[in-house]
Amino acid sequence: MRKLNILLGVAIAGIAGFFGIKEIIADPVYFLELVLGGLTRGSIYALIALGYTMVYGIIQLINFAHGEIYMIGAMTALIVASVLGLWGWNSGVIVFLAFAFAILYSCAYGFTVEKIAYKPLRNAPRLSALISAIGMSLFLQNYVMLAQTPEFMPFESLIPDFQFWEPFAHIITAVEMSIIVTTVIVMILLGMLIKFTKIGKAMRATAQDKVMASLVGINVNRVISTTFVVGSATAAIGGVLIACHVGQVNFFIGFLAGIKAFIAAVLGGIGSVPGAVLGSLVLGISESMFTGYFWSEYEDVFAFTILVIILIFRPSGILGKDETSKV
Amino acid sequence: MLKLKDVHTYYGNIHALKGINLEVTEGEVISLIGANGAGKSTTLMTTSGIVPAKQGSITFKGQDITHMPSDDIVKLGICQVPEGRRIFPYLTIAENLDMGAFLRNDANEIKKDIEYAYSLFPILAERRNQAGGTLSGGEQQMLAISRALMSRPKVLLLDEPSLGLAPIIVKQIFDIIKKINEDNKTTIFIVEQNANLALKAADRGYVMENGVITISDTGENLLVNEDIKKAYLGM
Repeated sequence: MRKLNILLGVAIAGIAGFFGIKEIIADPVYFLELVLGGLTRGSIYALIALGYTMVYGIIQLINFAHGEIYMIGAMTALIVASVLGLWGWNSGVIVFLAFAFAILYSCAYGFTVEKIAYKPLRNAPRLSALISAIGMSLFLQNYVMLAQTPEFMPFESLIPDFQFWEPFAHIITAVEMSIIVTTVIVMILLGMLIKFTKIGKAMRATAQDKVMASLVGINVNRVISTTFVVGSATAAIGGVLIACHVGQVNFFIGFLAGIKAFIAAVLGGIGSVPGAVLGSLVLGISESMFTGYFWSEYEDVFAFTILVIILIFRPSGILGKDETSKV
Repeated sequence: MLKLKDVHTYYGNIHALKGINLEVTEGEVISLIGANGAGKSTTLMTTSGIVPAKQGSITFKGQDITHMPSDDIVKLGICQVPEGRRIFPYLTIAENLDMGAFLRNDANEIKKDIEYAYSLFPILAERRNQAGGTLSGGEQQMLAISRALMSRPKVLLLDEPSLGLAPIIVKQIFDIIKKINEDNKTTIFIVEQNANLALKAADRGYVMENGVITISDTGENLLVNEDIKKAYLGM
């Protein structure tokens, strides 16, 4: 079965590659644009997918309210930037404060959602927590819709068109470049947090064996809260960045972005942090290629088709782990 | 030092511990023996706060710990090596040891304790960067004990340290347990199915059946007790 899958994959890649190379040679700049556009997309997916995969890794829950945390980040940045803009503050200060408040608010929401909707269901069947997550997602969407507005609101880009970036701007805009660079920095910091810090090790230990984690003196509830807060922070960063890129936000942007990031996390292997990043980049670039060379109307259909295909042929994802523990 | 008084524990509807009374005094090695399903592991899990008691009380140095969260119990100095060892499989050996010292902040002392663990079990030092899940059963038991020592426990609870190990490894592990008791004055509470081994190592022993303690005596006396010989020592 495994060999057949690989063979099938190679065959598809071969056919696609044959037609692809012809297209690439015909217009290499267009191809480069698509790759960079895909990387931008993928970066945003990665920032959101991290939250899904870390939460899944630690409590085996698909946190469907995670997309809403991202939306709240973008909304908060919009409000802060608008108010400070009216007061005529320096744009550098506005960027900093918009990010800071977006992260702060998203973290507060992520933390509270876990305490209200998931913690009481810690020992309940997994389906209960999943339904609770969907409920939380709908609640947050409607709450933001009522508190703000159902309309799309324009989001003035916080990131200026840098002078020095002028020569490259026709291939990739300054905003897109900023998205990719910010994502890389966030990934490196997060990787270091998980690998080297005490709380990072405690997160991994808790994900592997919660009872044993308690027995070495780890406060498991606190580690779970920390995981939600860290995931919310990266989602908030993603929210602000994409809002700068797209130029508008409303209460519903979290839904599709959340689902796409979820697909990316599954594609990479849910529960695995490098998997989420890889899955996001693969999804972002392949979506970009598909819309660029085939039909752009079917962008979302393409993403969901990928989800169905992975779930059928490789449900553990690209980097899904096999058990290595001995009993 | 550690005192369980009329402790009742339930798993759902199952009444696992039916009024346990036992006491561990400072510096002792205590063994709790009994058949499969007698409630030995539950006794330890209840002491560690993983499956809290429904009734009765557990005190440590006079302080009530019956309903204390597990991490606070570890903070007080009661540390458990659970059944099946429960090594963190994807953490390296060094990281597993770091996790054992989770509640401590004295980096230099932690380093010393890691060196002490490596001196007890040199094989762990050799494999310090290997994932815990790749170790053999005996090595995992060594790592599990070392990890527990990293918290500098006053009482070390050991659940079935001999389970699934070759006799030569079991002997090595029990020698180390004795050494830990003598070197650090650590009080040790062993739960074992291997009654012969456990009673020989112990100052005092308890025998458990169906969730109650039936006999308690010194290790030597229990070894020559006719009922125990028949039921647990196969003589």
